[in-house]
Amino acid sequence: MSSVLSLNKTQPHWLVFGLLALGLALLPFLVDAGLGRSWVRLLDLALLYVMLALGLNIVVGYAGLLDLGYVAFYALGAYVYAWLASPHFGLHLPFWAILPLGAGLAGLFGVLLGTPTLRLRGDYLAIVTLGFGEIVRIFMNNLNTPVNLTNGPQGINLIDPVRLGGVSLSQPHTLFGFTFSGVHLTYYLFLLLTLAVIFISMRLENSRIGRAWVAIREDEIAAAATGINTRNLKLLAFAMGATFGGLAGGLFASFQGFISPESFNLMESIMILCMIVLGGMGHIPGVIFGALLLTLLPEALRYTGDWQRNLFGQIYVDPADLRMLLFGLALVAVMLYRPAGLIPSARRRQEFADAKG
Amino acid sequence: MDIFLQQLINGLVLGSVYALVALGYTMVYGILELINFAHGEITMMGAMVALAVIGALALAAPGLPGVLVLGAGLVVAIPVCMALGLLIERVAYRPLRHAPRLAPLITAIGVSIILQNIAMLIWGKQYIPFPDVLPQGRHEVLGAAITDVQIAILLLTMSIMLMLILVVQKTRLGRAMRATAQSRQVASLMGVDVNRVIASTFVIGSALAAVAGVMVSAYYGLAHYYMGFLLGLKAFSAAVLGGIGNLGGAMLGGLLLGLIESFGAGYIGDLTGGFLGSHYQDVFAFFVLIAVLVFRPSGLLGARVVERA
Repeated sequence: MSSVLSLNKTQPHWLVFGLLALGLALLPFLVDAGLGRSWVRLLDLALLYVMLALGLNIVVGYAGLLDLGYVAFYALGAYVYAWLASPHFGLHLPFWAILPLGAGLAGLFGVLLGTPTLRLRGDYLAIVTLGFGEIVRIFMNNLNTPVNLTNGPQGINLIDPVRLGGVSLSQPHTLFGFTFSGVHLTYYLFLLLTLAVIFISMRLENSRIGRAWVAIREDEIAAAATGINTRNLKLLAFAMGATFGGLAGGLFASFQGFISPESFNLMESIMILCMIVLGGMGHIPGVIFGALLLTLLPEALRYTGDWQRNLFGQIYVDPADLRMLLFGLALVAVMLYRPAGLIPSARRRQEFADAKG
Repeated sequence: MDIFLQQLINGLVLGSVYALVALGYTMVYGILELINFAHGEITMMGAMVALAVIGALALAAPGLPGVLVLGAGLVVAIPVCMALGLLIERVAYRPLRHAPRLAPLITAIGVSIILQNIAMLIWGKQYIPFPDVLPQGRHEVLGAAITDVQIAILLLTMSIMLMLILVVQKTRLGRAMRATAQSRQVASLMGVDVNRVIASTFVIGSALAAVAGVMVSAYYGLAHYYMGFLLGLKAFSAAVLGGIGNLGGAMLGGLLLGLIESFGAGYIGDLTGGFLGSHYQDVFAFFVLIAVLVFRPSGLLGARVVERA
């Protein structure tokens, strides 16, 4: 019996995969029927954050480089998309052409940021990346003069929605008698890309590169001594993470149809970092769980208005104001009771047990 | 020349406030190697509490002299912030002292979100104007203007910093703090109550933050529940600039950052031929920060950090 179980653990049954795939395919319809259209939109956003969190996880979780300016790459991807597919410059390039461009450019910027910071580690690196993120945001806010690049704090509007073949993801389409609305189609596109990012992350984790990153994270000097090219691998981590960030940024721009510097502040970077740490750093299921939790939890906390009405008969505190407070409390509580994250990797759980003992 | 002098005065005043907040960051970092992200929010809380007290007093007893009302605000705000600092250390940081490094960073972020939202729930989202109790005097010095508020800020920060140096260098507590910063383990073997020292560090830092919060709201004439964020960020940059963990460094870094910002904002338009305007003021802090960290990671006055095996 135990052998069957252990076999299941290493090689999941095809049935599990089948059910999971079916569940994921039906999810938007179930959510739509149960919770309403706005939650399907939220689901799309959650997938976007899964991609972002997995991208940052490469930098922070695998290579151990604490990056607090990650949102800059996200912003870059979004602005590249907005420049090339909106009335702002009058360009309307197709979706599949811009997305790799934005992602690639973000990756290049990842290397640009990485190069001067190679010598820094730990908190110092965190602060430099934080500064980098803030600089990017301030420039986005102010580059409307003398040349109007970013349209300043107003942001760029009327960004083209995703259009694949002849199918625009902003209108409903009917297929096999089912009507798929725009958010549903977006869900499938995002799901596909998310799965690709998960797949790449998994392959990286168990590759020579992934193991080298972990070695750098654990002890950079020892890693260099064993012949690992720490410089190139750290740059690669920055570039890979930034590429995923740029990808998510492009998707975000097309999904929202509007971007402004407001969406790319430091809080956003911190939020993505929280997803990783809360879920379990360097552990893909943990990171995915953290991203889903932190995207959906603040929305779910909006329902505190109903609870208040049921409990006290009236609303004392505006739920929109209360939810961030509860969110902060949740952040502290989880860290106090599970400092290695909600779903930590076996290695980190072990490390933490060692540190405690 | 008068513009130069004016920017010098503005920079020094702003810088001394940054320095006061930076001291709180640097003391905690020196002892715990923890970026106390909530420190900016404690500053904000100090400003908000003081403003509430000052506003209430100005309404209740309009005849009182401004200095007295201001003093009352400080007297209430300082203990409130001290208690907050103590509470935060106890609840959010102490249980995680042996946890992975990122865990206390996340709780710090959580605590600052909590503080921001508590302030928002109590005082609302709008900007709160500083009550009309401040002395309005202006003095002309060589063609530049300096206000009474600015003079008060400069004098007060200088005396507080002097006091802090005396505490750290001359008292038992100060010696215990320095010992704990060098090695927590050895200090505790020598009979230092490390937990008490760490708690005192938070309390002292929070008291400084309260004073700085009142000053910054008096300087700009308003307070806001979100004001702690950017202030904290800049103050932390100042601490890093001077060499984190080094008290003199935090003071120097704060003053330098204030000067760089005010000169940068004053001259960037002329230097770039009007290409970039003074709204880039906030960028300077971060550019300086990055440049310092890349070329001299230990900061201006910091000791060279040796790689730990």
